[in-house]
Amino acid sequence: MAELEQGHAPERTLRVCALYPDLMNIYADRGNLLMLERRCSWRGIGFEVAAAGLGEGVDPDAHDLFYLGGGQDRDQRLCALDLVQAKRAALHAAADRGALVLGVCGGYQLLGHRYALGDEEIPGLGLVDLETIRSDGPRLIGNVAIEVDLDGDGTLRTLAGFENHAGRTQLGAGERPLGRVLKGHGNTGSSGAEGIRRDGVIGTYLHGPLLPKNAWFADWLIARALGLRQLAALDDAFEDAAHAEARRAAGV
Amino acid sequence: MTLGAKIAVARAAGALSRRSGRGATSLPGKVLMRLAPDAIGRLAARLPHGSAVISATNGKTTTTAMVAAILEHGGERLVHNRAGANMAGGIAATLLDAARRRGAIDGDTGLFEVDEFWLDRLVPQLRPWAILLGNLFRDQLDRYGELETIADRWRAAIATVDALLVLNADDPLVADLGLVPRDPDFGVTYFGVDDDAVALPGLAHASDSTHCRRCGAPLTYDAVYLGHLGRYRCPNGDSERPAPHVRATAIALRGTRGARFELHVGDEQATVALPLPGLYNVYNALGAAALASALGAPLTQIVAGLESTQAAFGRAETVRIGGRELAILLVKNPAGANEVLRTLALDDGAVDVLAVLNDKIADGRDVSWVWDADFEVIAGRVRRVTCSGTRAAELALRLKYAGVAPERLHVVPELEDGLDAALADGEGRLVALPTYTAMLALRELLVARGAAAGSFG
Repeated sequence: MAELEQGHAPERTLRVCALYPDLMNIYADRGNLLMLERRCSWRGIGFEVAAAGLGEGVDPDAHDLFYLGGGQDRDQRLCALDLVQAKRAALHAAADRGALVLGVCGGYQLLGHRYALGDEEIPGLGLVDLETIRSDGPRLIGNVAIEVDLDGDGTLRTLAGFENHAGRTQLGAGERPLGRVLKGHGNTGSSGAEGIRRDGVIGTYLHGPLLPKNAWFADWLIARALGLRQLAALDDAFEDAAHAEARRAAGV
Repeated sequence: MTLGAKIAVARAAGALSRRSGRGATSLPGKVLMRLAPDAIGRLAARLPHGSAVISATNGKTTTTAMVAAILEHGGERLVHNRAGANMAGGIAATLLDAARRRGAIDGDTGLFEVDEFWLDRLVPQLRPWAILLGNLFRDQLDRYGELETIADRWRAAIATVDALLVLNADDPLVADLGLVPRDPDFGVTYFGVDDDAVALPGLAHASDSTHCRRCGAPLTYDAVYLGHLGRYRCPNGDSERPAPHVRATAIALRGTRGARFELHVGDEQATVALPLPGLYNVYNALGAAALASALGAPLTQIVAGLESTQAAFGRAETVRIGGRELAILLVKNPAGANEVLRTLALDDGAVDVLAVLNDKIADGRDVSWVWDADFEVIAGRVRRVTCSGTRAAELALRLKYAGVAPERLHVVPELEDGLDAALADGEGRLVALPTYTAMLALRELLVARGAAAGSFG
């Protein structure tokens, strides 16, 4: 593993903005940040994480990747209002210039136009054309695996994880899902679609620590955020085993 | 069919199941509930001294074992779901076991730990005269849902009966339940820690319920003791940690072996040498002492009971096997795991660990929580970690990212092979950290090898 010698600044640094890390973290979302941090440092890539909490502004140019996780209903409501009031313009500017925005679970729902819970409506960022409606039906809970083609070149890869959501998410006609459900429920439980992908904006119901279960996806995010074609290889024996185990749990 | 006849049928079903080797402790109870849905209420009503009920996310089984030890010191004969079967079937089975002919029951007092999700259904049936509520932590979100939902169910449960309430003052969500208007004859006894020497530097990232239940503002903490437990207040003055009647001061944690503290009950005070480790067990002891005190037990009896408490089934239980000492510390959610890890980090020297992560229904199918548990605190201390269970690889990965050198990590998914591999490499103490179903399977292996006594009952 490459360790940085003291005094040498890394040539590149992954700059992450964690949105509401103390509120939108219900399923151990911090595992994703830990994964990015370690995989950068083992390669001699710098890593910075800045937290943006309630009421705090965001500099659209200061970060390569914006992360928004899932929260309890009350916290998600608080954060939704704050996102719309204090951060919407900056996040739109960041997405427009090609920064990555990763929304996971509740964070995924907030990327869209709105989340309707009966009479109440939680506003969204409107970064992508989708809306979510809370269903009276059962929560969609369980291990899940999806097939994705992130580079649009026909190379199919698998993301495995766990989902637990009451919302059913409908994508607008012009939007494409992140992937196709192999096992599990996905956006609505019946559409076969999971998540959303538009350029650097990615949303998924694979909640909490999905990067530890999919180290290849962590690397894809690092490479894309830094504009690198390839990253130095790491010894991923444990990572590969955890990925295989998560796929087995989902049944693929 | 009379209740007596239905009891006979349910018992026969239990005997049949045991003979065929399926030792489900709650099966006869489930049969009885099918035949007589009101059986729990009718059998509980036979108990001459009534019942007490205990619930919490963490520490139910141990706290109940402590209360049992205290009450038994006073000569009380208990009907107690000792093996931890804490849903309707398990409680029905416990009562069924104690039921005797002609409306009698073998015992004075019912002592029941109740699953946090079953409290609102079981309290109206058991009609306890005392309810101890210990804590609410994030646990198995796929099964239980969010914490505030459980708190709302608890609120509904305690509104159905006139009972003494015993509440953890240091848990904002639990303490708030004491504000529900109630008959003044049935008061609230609060317990809590009063020792800033054991306070943490701040709230952990996995902390829950740190907002005022009244106005929603983030709570201010003067001291954080464990997860979100501590001395807190609402910045708007809408709520604050109640002054506890039963308190612990001068706490000395002695690694995984035990703890010592000054126990205060009102103006009285005594030293307790607790044979169970960690601040989490000090909280369990405080809850047990507060409940026993609310029921009239004198302080000397409380201390004697606490000091004689045996480790509950798989909770800090220690056995000898393969020339080594094996300590079993159940871990099942981030808050509980963090306390176990913090306790483990207090031990001297390097540690050998057998960590077992299962994702069966009783463990929670979702293993995300391991990324919220602070394995970092033992990363520099472990000599070897053997990872087993259905999600052994994810646990090993968690440990790698916590900073454990990969060469110290060994993935052996099959539990029996993992146990053998862990025992074979090294000497002295081995610490097992199993999830719930892994703990049951590990104990079964140990019983089969003659290293541990069989299950209770």
